[in-house]
Amino acid sequence: MDLEVLLKTLFIILVVVGAFAPVITWVERKQSAVMQDRIGANRADIAGITVLGLFHPLADVIKLLSKEDVVPEGAHRGMHLVAPLVAAIPAIIAFAVIPYGSSYRFGEDTLSLVVADIDWGLLYVFAIGSIATYGTVMAGWASNNNWSLLGALRASAQMISYEVTMGLSVVGVFMVFQTLRLTDMAHAQDTTFRLLGFLEWGGLVESLPAWLDWIRIPKWGIVLQPLGFIMFLTASMAENKRPPFDNPEAESELVAGYFTEYSGMRFGLFYMSEFIEVVVIGGLVTAIFLGGWAIPFVSQEAFIGGLGGVLGEGFATLLCMVAHVVSFFAKVVVMIYVQMLLRWTLPRFRYDQVMDLCWKILLPLSLANILVTGLVLLLVEGGAA
Amino acid sequence: MDLAHQAVLLSGVLFAIGTVGALVRRNIIVILMSIELMLNAVNLAFVAFSRIWAHVDGQIFVLMVIVVAAAEVAVGLGIVIALFRNRESINVEDASLLKW
Amino acid sequence: MIQVLFSLFALLAVIGALAMVLNVRNTIAAALSLVVTMISLGGIFVLLEAHLVAVIQIMVYAGAIVVVFLFVVMLLNLRRDVFGPSGQRLTKALGAVAGVWLVYRLLVLLEGRLPATQPLPDGFGGYRDVGMALFTDFLLPFEVTSLLLLAAIVGAIVLAKRRLD
Repeated sequence: MDLEVLLKTLFIILVVVGAFAPVITWVERKQSAVMQDRIGANRADIAGITVLGLFHPLADVIKLLSKEDVVPEGAHRGMHLVAPLVAAIPAIIAFAVIPYGSSYRFGEDTLSLVVADIDWGLLYVFAIGSIATYGTVMAGWASNNNWSLLGALRASAQMISYEVTMGLSVVGVFMVFQTLRLTDMAHAQDTTFRLLGFLEWGGLVESLPAWLDWIRIPKWGIVLQPLGFIMFLTASMAENKRPPFDNPEAESELVAGYFTEYSGMRFGLFYMSEFIEVVVIGGLVTAIFLGGWAIPFVSQEAFIGGLGGVLGEGFATLLCMVAHVVSFFAKVVVMIYVQMLLRWTLPRFRYDQVMDLCWKILLPLSLANILVTGLVLLLVEGGAA
Repeated sequence: MDLAHQAVLLSGVLFAIGTVGALVRRNIIVILMSIELMLNAVNLAFVAFSRIWAHVDGQIFVLMVIVVAAAEVAVGLGIVIALFRNRESINVEDASLLKW
Repeated sequence: MIQVLFSLFALLAVIGALAMVLNVRNTIAAALSLVVTMISLGGIFVLLEAHLVAVIQIMVYAGAIVVVFLFVVMLLNLRRDVFGPSGQRLTKALGAVAGVWLVYRLLVLLEGRLPATQPLPDGFGGYRDVGMALFTDFLLPFEVTSLLLLAAIVGAIVLAKRRLD
C-alpha cells in the first residue's frame, strides 16, 4: 500500500479514535456536571495528579478491558460477538473522505490532506452510514432480550427514516457548489462574497458604492444554506441515536436498549462508536457547511502569497498547512461542543414525536429547501458569486 | 476473460440461486428475499452490459429496478404482516386457500 | 488487482446468496447473508465503473430494503422458523436441478456470443453522466416511478393497517 495513504489513515485514526473520542467521554461528563451544577469527574489520579479528571477515560478503558465479557444464555453467539464491530467500523471509515486540509505544493510534489479523494465522497458517507444500522439491529436481535429487541426495532425504523432527510437536506448544498466531492466543496468555500451583492442581481441598485465591496462574508455552506445546515445537523444527530433522539436506548424505558446485554469492551465499543460518530458529524458538518479547513477571510493563495515573500515559499506552505489543519479541528471541536450542549439541554422526544419530526417537518422542509434553492440558482444564473 | 463477461455469468448464477430459493423455501419472508436476489442479479446484468456497450442506459434501468424493488418490498411485507395477523404464520402453505 | 477484487466480491456474493437460501433456521441470519451479497454486488458495480449505481445499491438495498425485512422479522418476533425445513425432498431436488439447468442453459446461450467490451468515455457512470441521462432522455419514466412509489405507499398502508376508518 501507498505509504502516504497509510500515514494519513494512521493520522486520522490516532486523532479521531485515539484522541478525540476518549476526550469526548470526559467532556461529556464534565459538560453535564457544569450544566447540572455539579463538579463532575475529578477523582481519577496518577500519583495524586488529577488534571481536572482527564485520567478518567484511561480508567474507563482499563475497567472495560478487564471486565468479564458476558454472552447471555439463548443469545445468538456469533452475531452477539460481531455486532459491536459492525457498529464501530463504519463510524471510523466514514472519515476517509473528509478533507482535514487543502492540497499543498512542495516543489514537485503535491500533498493533499484527505485519505481518499473520491468523486462521490458525500454519497460514500451516506452509504457507509446506512450500513451502521446493522450493528444495532444485530446487537438487539442477538441478545435474546425483549428490551434489546424493542431497542433494535426502534433503531432500525429511526435510522432508515432519518437517512432520507439527511440525504435530502444536503441536496441544496450539492446544487450550490455543483459537486459531491468533499475536497472541491471545501475549496469552493475558501473565499468570500459581498454581503450586499444580491441587491445588484435583482436590479434594485444599479451598482453599489465601492466601499461596500469591503463588507464581505465567508462563502460557507452555512451562509448559503442555513436551513440545510440545521436540518442536516438534526438528522445526523438522530442518525447517531444520541439524546434527544436516544429512543433505541432510552434508559428510562428500555434499560439500555439494544446494548442491554453487553458488558466489558464490547459495550465499550458501542459507547466509543457513538462518540466517534459525534466526531464524524463534526467533521462532516465542518467540511460541508463551515468551510472545511478554510481560515475565514484568508484564502490559501493569500496566506502563502503573503507570507511567502518573507519566509520563503516552502515554509509558508508548511505553515499554511498547519494553520488549515488547526482551523479544521477547531471547527470540529466547536461542532462537538454544540452537540454536547444540545444533548444535555433537550429532553428525549417520545417515539412518535421523533417520527413526526422526520416525516412531517424535516422531509417537507428539505423538499421546499431544494425547490427554493433551485429557483434562486435559476434567477441568479451561475450561483452566488 | 473479460470482467464484464464474468459479471454476466455471475448474474446468471445469482439469478438461479434466487429462483431456487423462491421455489423451494416456504418462509414467505425468505421467498421475498429470494425475489430481491433475482432483481439484484438482473441489476448486475444491466450494469455488466452497460459496461460492455460503454453506454449509460443500462444503469438508468438499474435505478428503475431499484424503485420497483422498493415498492415491491413495501407491498410484499404489508401482505406478510396482514397474513401473519390472520394466520399467525409466515408459512406460505398456510395461505394456500383462496378463501377462508 | 481488479481481477482479484472481482473474484473476491463474486465469491462473497455467491456465498451470501447460498447462505440465504439454505439457512432454514434463522430468518435474521438469512437477511444478513443477503446484505453480504448486496454489498459485494456494490463492490462489483464499482469495478464495472458504475459508481453512482454502486452507492445507490448500497444505500437503498443494503441500507433500507433489507433493514425493512429485518424490521418485519423483529416486529413479528419470529425467533426461529416455526415450521422447520420442508419435508418435501422432491421439491428441493427439483429446485436444485432447475437451478443447475438454468445456469447450464445460460452458459450454452452465452458461449462466444458476448460482444467485446467497448472503451469507456470520460466520466462514465458518475453522477453527472447518469443524472444527465436520467433527467433528459428518461424523464418520463423517472416521473412515472413517483406514481409507482405513491401506489406502493398507499397499498402498504392499506394492507398493514389494522382497521381502516
